Amino acid sequence: MSDMYNVSSSSHIRSKDTSAKIMLYVAIALLPASVFGIWNFGLQALILILVCVATCVASEWIFEKLIQKKSTINDFSAVVTGLLLALNLPHTLPIWQAVLGSVFAIVIVKMLFGGLGQNFMNPALGGRCFLLVSFAGTMTSFTYDGVTGATPLALLKNGESVDTMKMLLGTTAGTIGETSVIAILIGAIFLILMGVIDLTIPASYILSFGVFVLLFGGHGFDVTYLTAHLCGGGLMLGAFFMATDYVTSPITPMGKVVFGIVLGILTGLFRLFGANAEGVSFAIILGNLLVPIIEKFTIPRAFGQKKEVK
Amino acid sequence: MGLMTFKGGVHPHDGKEFSKDKPIRELLPKDELVFPVSQHIGAPASPVVAVGDTVLRGQKIAEAGGFVSAPIYSSVSGKVKAIQPRRGAVGDMVNSIIIENDGEMKEVEYVPTENVTALSKEEIIGKVKEAGVVGMGGAGFPTHVKLSPKEPDKIEYIIANCAECEPYLTADYRRMLENPKELIEGMRIVLQLFDHAKGLFGIEDNKPDCIAKMQELTKDEPRMEVCPLQTKYPQGGERQLIYATTHREINSTMLPADAGCIVDNVETLISIYKAVKLGKPVMNRIFTVTGDAVAEPGNFDICLGMSYGEVLEAAGGFKVQPEKIISGGPMMGFSMFGLDIPTTKTSSSLLCLAKDDVAASETTACINCGRCVSACPEQIIPTRLAKMAGYGDMAGFEKWNGMECIECGSCSYICPAKIPLAQSIRTMKKQILAERRKK
Ligand code: SF4
Ligand code: SF4
Repeated sequence: MSDMYNVSSSSHIRSKDTSAKIMLYVAIALLPASVFGIWNFGLQALILILVCVATCVASEWIFEKLIQKKSTINDFSAVVTGLLLALNLPHTLPIWQAVLGSVFAIVIVKMLFGGLGQNFMNPALGGRCFLLVSFAGTMTSFTYDGVTGATPLALLKNGESVDTMKMLLGTTAGTIGETSVIAILIGAIFLILMGVIDLTIPASYILSFGVFVLLFGGHGFDVTYLTAHLCGGGLMLGAFFMATDYVTSPITPMGKVVFGIVLGILTGLFRLFGANAEGVSFAIILGNLLVPIIEKFTIPRAFGQKKEVK
Repeated sequence: MGLMTFKGGVHPHDGKEFSKDKPIRELLPKDELVFPVSQHIGAPASPVVAVGDTVLRGQKIAEAGGFVSAPIYSSVSGKVKAIQPRRGAVGDMVNSIIIENDGEMKEVEYVPTENVTALSKEEIIGKVKEAGVVGMGGAGFPTHVKLSPKEPDKIEYIIANCAECEPYLTADYRRMLENPKELIEGMRIVLQLFDHAKGLFGIEDNKPDCIAKMQELTKDEPRMEVCPLQTKYPQGGERQLIYATTHREINSTMLPADAGCIVDNVETLISIYKAVKLGKPVMNRIFTVTGDAVAEPGNFDICLGMSYGEVLEAAGGFKVQPEKIISGGPMMGFSMFGLDIPTTKTSSSLLCLAKDDVAASETTACINCGRCVSACPEQIIPTRLAKMAGYGDMAGFEKWNGMECIECGSCSYICPAKIPLAQSIRTMKKQILAERRKK
């Protein structure tokens, strides 16, 4: 008779947020850095960004067609991956290499592990590291204003002086999206205001890295040196946009703090004692691999549970 | 800011505008009333009337089936038509006493108490027990059991749960506005049982009129205090309410009494007042009919045993055909198959939603965003627990404190991937409890 009503277990209402909306916010938050990158590096940067985004979305779509799964491209996560990957590339990278990196990021790092939510490594970073290993030459050659030159971090490593003001603004050599601290922070503030990310991971990452540099940088308490390290390379982009990647960071509140500290220390180790000037990407990827262990040791105390005292 | 609350929780649209300004209206029942013998936690009551018997309003028709149980009274006068299983709000069949209403509302004679303060503690608890008072907020735990803790001297707070944090519900709100004195008298009676206790009224700050009224009425009551609470779901969860008002924490293995607290809901305290002062058993309650599918949402004083459909008629029926009808609130209520279901002591509302969010939203993969974690008032990790429930990992589920879940549904509400987390966790909890019982 009246069996026309839906029956399901509570709760019966749902919030308006969807995964697609969140991913869209992340993409929007990456726009200031992207626009700045295009302005700073020119047409080549724009082309790389478009190529990466298009390739990422297309690979996801084709892959899901092939294995006959429902397409998930409208959750925007492939767009975010493409954008992030492009921002992590030098604008001079040959296009076919960028295409390869994008395919690797989506197919190998993300889809083969089961798609969104199942991958244990940040796809964009996976793609970047794949390119770094395969094409070290093109991935580490940076030109600025038509001249091949070192990034501020490389200069710093060789003991040369850098202009921290330029690093804040971003008018230096580097990958497309990492140079301007200001543009990155504008996006980050947007994400924080929209409730997409919180400060736990970026703050513990940046703080612990800063402390590491102070302790082991060999410059004592040198503010310029410290600022150069904080603003240089991929730290800001990494801390706010890649270390905070939901899927590949711990979900436990305490785990987030531990994760940030681990990243800070790893980045410090790579930058100060490694062969390369940069270390953010490898630090985050390594951190990603540690997430299951970090979570295991940071299962939170449930409400009302006794602390292990007495 | 400054307001008392707990950690976690969500802010769903409150939907109270439909019925909050509708004064309580008394409803007279029609021909048939159904009284399930199990309207409480504990042993079912056993019928003390037979088919063909004539009964009066206020007459006991079923006797408590043990200490943790409660008797049931007829809310009308008439004839016992049948005693047979009928479908309840949760969907199961429950043995029920069916009474044909003669429409005359002939009542038994109640014995009021002139001077409540002259009653001994045992007498008060006896009256509460005899009247069949149970937790009327939805839990249905027999109140006399709650009022008999092992160490009554250690009870320091009697907390009136006036939060009404479930969206849409306005029954407690109307009670506080229209019958605040009965509520306070109910509290006074409970305080008489516990010499060292203080009475707290925890009210969410989306009901400023209730806060003002209750503050005004209790200003000369040294043993009572109004605690304005931040409006947030599940502020009225027992553990959350205790924490907000007293900063004491309890977990799933503890009773409120272990933290020196007893929590009773508004309707329960009013029933205690009626039982002890007026000598009247539980026969009526306030019931909200609401939702965007209802023609004239409102709050009704119903005779228990009326069907949901009958009360809906009084609210003008449906304005549009609802996709979902719910007994209780949208966060923890039960969706029902139909309206031919009797109201019981724990029925607080009928919510009719034109659109069903759950059916309309497609479940996608968990993106590990952590929103369920921030929303969880028990500070557990719903997404991991739901996954473990998915592959039946009982050990992991318990290690990650799954048994602490209070099934508030905040996680399911907030999840952007629309995963029915609370549902999986609830099912797993049931399985583990069943497993434990076997041992
Ligand atoms: S809220 Fe939903 S998507 Fe986010 S972590 Fe929890 S289960 Fe996953
Ligand atoms: S896990 Fe349980 S207690 Fe936590 S939000 Fe979900 S339903 Fe509520």
